[in-house]
Amino acid sequence: MKPAPFEWHAPATLDAALALKAAHGEEARFLAGGQSLVPAMNFRVAQPAVLVDLNRVAGLDSILASADGSLRIGAMVRNARLEADATARATHPILAEALAEVAHPQIRNRGTIGGNLSHADPASEMPAVMLALGARFVLRSARGVREVEAAAFFVAPLTTALEPDEMLAEILLPALPPRTGSAFLEVARRRGDYAMMGCAAVVTLDAAGRCAAARLAFCSAGPTPVLAPRAADALVGSAVDEAAIAAAAAMAKEEVDPMGSVQASPAYQRHLAGVLAARALRLAKARAA
Amino acid sequence: MTQRIAIEVTVNGTPYRREVEPRLLLSDFLRHEIGLTGTHVGCEHGVCGACTIRLDGAPVRSCLMFAVQAQGHAVATVEGLAPSPAELSPLQQAFRDAHGLQCGYCTPGILMTMSAFLEENPDPDEEAVRHALSGNLCRCTGYQHIVDAVLLAATRLKGG
Repeated sequence: MKPAPFEWHAPATLDAALALKAAHGEEARFLAGGQSLVPAMNFRVAQPAVLVDLNRVAGLDSILASADGSLRIGAMVRNARLEADATARATHPILAEALAEVAHPQIRNRGTIGGNLSHADPASEMPAVMLALGARFVLRSARGVREVEAAAFFVAPLTTALEPDEMLAEILLPALPPRTGSAFLEVARRRGDYAMMGCAAVVTLDAAGRCAAARLAFCSAGPTPVLAPRAADALVGSAVDEAAIAAAAAMAKEEVDPMGSVQASPAYQRHLAGVLAARALRLAKARAA
Repeated sequence: MTQRIAIEVTVNGTPYRREVEPRLLLSDFLRHEIGLTGTHVGCEHGVCGACTIRLDGAPVRSCLMFAVQAQGHAVATVEGLAPSPAELSPLQQAFRDAHGLQCGYCTPGILMTMSAFLEENPDPDEEAVRHALSGNLCRCTGYQHIVDAVLLAATRLKGG
């Protein structure tokens, strides 16, 4: 239960951190909040030869809102701070709603949003929320910068589109249009545990109260966070009444691909996906109105 | 060649200087390097909460941080809670009075979690206490008395 030896670097600038990662490649890991990486190192499941500690890098921990309501979140923003941030709660309230379900306060005090997303655990809440919000991620390396859609970032369990020399540096959340409501709900055996199923819903109504756009995403629902575009598209044009919600929930149940766990069979997870989708859509619609 | 890093960490108000390997966990630094064995090590992968300390005021798992990362930071451990050797803190006294511990292994982590919780939530209800407690495991299954103790401490701290 002790980590294997490693070489530790704690650069003060992003450029220095990226240069170190470029030099050491897959031998090196970025250390953000350490709430997933350090347990893996304590078990020696992970034995990186080099750690590039990002905790002293300046400029990665800002939360910036634009006048239009879009949000830029630095990768090293701690989850507890994002959860409490008044601006983020106003522009994208689903962040705080979902973060309250991410592990425990002691973990959120240290863990970062960038580390959570880069770990790409399919049971994690925030990757699903990013899909529901249509987030874009800014990936930086010593070679340059590129942006990817959240949906293209998560490629397999614990595997992302990051190249060995790249870092997820910033999360870009588009503004939510007027008359948009959102909701995050999950079912877990115990508060703070990984969810057996979780659902993020975002619903935008038009002036007549009909659905103009919708997004549904799930965690613990497959090898990556899962979008349910057919269910979401089926809602568009509807009044998001009980019949439309039931039809969308039934479609969402078919769009998830749960793998099962000790706690829940795939069939039970699928059942939960339908139940949670219906509840989350009702809540999102009520909040949009 | 083993890398060794010189660090200075303030623990319960006292600065400590040591040279440590980067892989030394903060929990082991507290216990083995400076001899503060009140911080307990349970699961060592962030689940049980026994090793919870406060880093610049915020409760965190000391088994999920390296000691080198605490350089320049202020750490508070269970040894710093009591105002004097003869007197317990109000939270500690409430745990004693309400039978909030059995074997005591989880207690230091719970005290550090709950001392921060009561500062932010001086008037909690039972559900809030149970939620705040969810990141700390007690295998004596003593949760009911722990909840009672935290609520008793809250009442006393309010002057009730």
